Amino acid sequence: MLGKRLRILGFLAATLILTLAPGTVPGRARAAEGPASEDCLACHGDDETISMERGGKSVSLYVHANVLKGSAHAGLACVQCHAGFDPDEVPHKEPMTKVDCGSCHEAIKAQHSRSLHGKALERGDPLAPGCKTCHGTHDVLPVKDPRSPVSALKVPFLCGRCHQEGAPVQRQRVIHQDHILENFSESIHGEGLLRKGLVVAPNCASCHTPHSILPHTDPASSIARQNIAATCTKCHAAIEEVHRKVIRGELWEKKANVLPACVDCHQPHKVRKVFYDQGMADKDCMRCHADPGIKAGSDGRPLFVDTSKMTGSRHAKIACSQCHSGVNASRLRPCETITQEVDCSSCHAATGQEYQASVHGRLAAKKNPDAPTCKECHGTHGILGKVDPASSTFPTAVPTLCARCHREGEKAARRYKGTQHDIIEHYTESIHGKGLMKSGLTVTAMCTSCHTAHSVLPKTDPASTVNRANIPATCGRCHHGIEDQFRKSIHATQVGKTKKELPICSDCHTAHTITRTDDAGFMLDLRTKCGRCHEEIAKTYFDTYHGKVSQLGYTKTAKCYDCHGAHDVLPPSDPKSHLSHANVVQTCQKCHVGATRKFAGYLTHATHHDRKKYPVLFWTFWGMVSLLIGTFTIGGIHTLLWLPRALELRRARDKEEGQETHDA
Amino acid sequence: MTPEPSARPPEDRGPESGAPEPSAAASAAPAASTVQAGAPVGQAVGEPARALPLPLQYRRFTRLNRVQHVVMIVSFMTLALTGLTLKFSYTGWARVLSRMFGGFESAGYVHRVGAILLIITFATHITDLVLRKSRDYGSWAKLIFGPDTMMFTRRDLSEFVGSILWFLGKAPRPRYGRWTYWEKFDYFAVFWGMMVIGSTGLVLWFPVLFTTVFPGWMINIATIIHSDEALLAVGFIFTVHFFNTHLRPEKFPMDLVIFTGQMPIREFREDKPGEFEDLVRTGRLESRLVEAYPPIVIRTIRAFAWTALTVGTLIVLWIIYAMVFAYR
Repeated sequence: MLGKRLRILGFLAATLILTLAPGTVPGRARAAEGPASEDCLACHGDDETISMERGGKSVSLYVHANVLKGSAHAGLACVQCHAGFDPDEVPHKEPMTKVDCGSCHEAIKAQHSRSLHGKALERGDPLAPGCKTCHGTHDVLPVKDPRSPVSALKVPFLCGRCHQEGAPVQRQRVIHQDHILENFSESIHGEGLLRKGLVVAPNCASCHTPHSILPHTDPASSIARQNIAATCTKCHAAIEEVHRKVIRGELWEKKANVLPACVDCHQPHKVRKVFYDQGMADKDCMRCHADPGIKAGSDGRPLFVDTSKMTGSRHAKIACSQCHSGVNASRLRPCETITQEVDCSSCHAATGQEYQASVHGRLAAKKNPDAPTCKECHGTHGILGKVDPASSTFPTAVPTLCARCHREGEKAARRYKGTQHDIIEHYTESIHGKGLMKSGLTVTAMCTSCHTAHSVLPKTDPASTVNRANIPATCGRCHHGIEDQFRKSIHATQVGKTKKELPICSDCHTAHTITRTDDAGFMLDLRTKCGRCHEEIAKTYFDTYHGKVSQLGYTKTAKCYDCHGAHDVLPPSDPKSHLSHANVVQTCQKCHVGATRKFAGYLTHATHHDRKKYPVLFWTFWGMVSLLIGTFTIGGIHTLLWLPRALELRRARDKEEGQETHDA
Repeated sequence: MTPEPSARPPEDRGPESGAPEPSAAASAAPAASTVQAGAPVGQAVGEPARALPLPLQYRRFTRLNRVQHVVMIVSFMTLALTGLTLKFSYTGWARVLSRMFGGFESAGYVHRVGAILLIITFATHITDLVLRKSRDYGSWAKLIFGPDTMMFTRRDLSEFVGSILWFLGKAPRPRYGRWTYWEKFDYFAVFWGMMVIGSTGLVLWFPVLFTTVFPGWMINIATIIHSDEALLAVGFIFTVHFFNTHLRPEKFPMDLVIFTGQMPIREFREDKPGEFEDLVRTGRLESRLVEAYPPIVIRTIRAFAWTALTVGTLIVLWIIYAMVFAYR
């Protein structure tokens, strides 16, 4: 009785789960309908030559039945991973849905997708590892299984597939450590793991985690400076005892940020069981580099480091070896093991990534001598923050900084093939330039405000901040209210539906010669602004009183934007337009106090040349013209006919007078 | 404004200003010789005490007429210059002029001041007509249908036909009377212009008031009419009128009669033989004779007239340039 009831309850629960939450267990739900693994293997396990084309390559579709049986997933049906199978179509021709391990391993998938590897995969990086890169496919084995590629002893080799010296990842991606696998295998950790076979010795994943691999600059990373201690103390639980002489124990937990991190002394991947009694202190470096005469043996470049400059610098508290990485403290000259140039992105990772994508970074990657690197703008040992007025990146100094290459005749200006010239001079005379350089307003737009500091891209690049599509947003970063108005106007790409090119900020305001908008020259330059596109209607404007006054060079008259609005221009048919039926009288009243609805009937764009649109004006004009022609013709003919007779009279009189004078 | 020549009555002329200067002597010579050549007028009118008597001239215009014409010249030129800056705003000339007038707003004020002056001139003329009707004519009918009427009469028609025949060499010069038909045409052209330009000008001056009653597009109409009628007036005055009265060879370079109000008798006899004979026949000529102005006055008048003539000609050249070469 009870058993029966329980069975019914169980059945009901199962039904409920299956109907209410089919998404949570899709594999299982489909498995009920799908074919058994034997059905799949009938084809895939039988013919060793079974294959398909993918991306122009032939991919084997053969599955060895025994491999499957031995794997961690032996108990699963094929279709539980290979979802999206249509049971009506056997044999199936359509490619199957990609296997999604996350359908079961949800938490791990989330970790992975947040990780460096997951993000690279999302970007479509061909070198990015997915699940099967490490875990394999049908042969997936549990971590504990020594045969598994992710078993403790095998992890270094697994990671080393990509992270060993010479591997594409190591060469083509930004990895701040070199000789990782070699260094690790020589380190105390590597020795324990690989030589002594201690499976408890740390492998790559012990510090980097298996799935949450993040750059050390990410605060969430297990190897972030503030987390290093926690990561190391997972194994080295009582490490503060060892360091008692150096550091008070409780500080390890409480003030990890003020302390040197483990890796400052025990370099990652190279840790040996040695006492770094000297450590890699700056004074070790200065033993040689304080000598003003020191020069490089290879090319004779000076290697003197002026410590007085370092003291005020932003990196005053950064040790030499943190930037000049790769030193070996056990050598007499620790720097002789340095193989790489200083890589700022080992700390400034995000900035480094921006720079690499920028036109500057791309040129640098091509080893172009014109390309500016970090130190070109930021300097080296004496680096200052951009808030320091003495810094080369302080706002008021930025135009001069960029001018070093972008001034006419300099290397960047020589490469440039676009339409903007004398950029620096124009900028200096512009409202932004005057604000920054003359008024000293550090919030004024400077080069980097529009072009960005590190993501500098040519305007033809869709990702550029100065690309046509992005200009309103770029200007709107400061001119937010204007951008808001503009976005709602007929000129905004979101509103204006036309195949013609819609205007952006710089079409009227220019890029580098931006003037005050109350400047008479700017206000009256209607022909090249509105008139550039609205050619016909601009012409008719100049036929009216308003246009004529503006043409004479006076601003105290209605210009296009006085009636239509400047940034919030909308067609008069739009109720929100300044010229809509509801608003037009008010718009006229801005200048014409007491204007009425009838007054607003004045034809502001009337032309007497358009017979169809303005017949009354047309005929009035031609009536007047006829009157003029008629009068002048009659008057002219009368005069011309008169002329010979009048000349005769004059001659006769002159003669008579001559006679009289003669007689007298 | 120009010194008013008539402000100095003939009696005030002292002998010290009487000596004609060589340049003025040339212009005064025909008149003087006419008198000496035994014209029907005697020396009786001249003052016997005068050492060097100034020659006698026929008085054609009243003092009021002359003042009116001067005021009209000033206001008309002002209106033309300020108004055309707007009409031809696309020329560089217009920008210069507008700036000279202190900008478009200031030019607008000047234009309105000119308009008021012209309206006042017009009003004084109407008042003068009313007064003269009572004083000299007695009734409107006598003024309008009298012998010196400004109205077009049958005689004007025959003189017009006669003139055309004369131009073509088929008849002698008509014996024109007090007012020729082209003078009458000029007179009524001003009447017409005052009405058309004045009324449309007021519409443009007070557009808000005007549109309380009339629709807004009437302002556009008013603009066209005001502008083109002004062009007609300016064009006509500075070409046809200038020719008819100043530039035609007999009068060249200018006829000062409208400024001095008087002309040498010989010139009068040649120009308006009909009127001259009529005056001689009725014996009224002598009552119309006055002494010529001393040369200094003539020179001053000439300076003003030359200025007006030059400005007018420049305006015509500007119009031609604006309409033919710079039009867009």
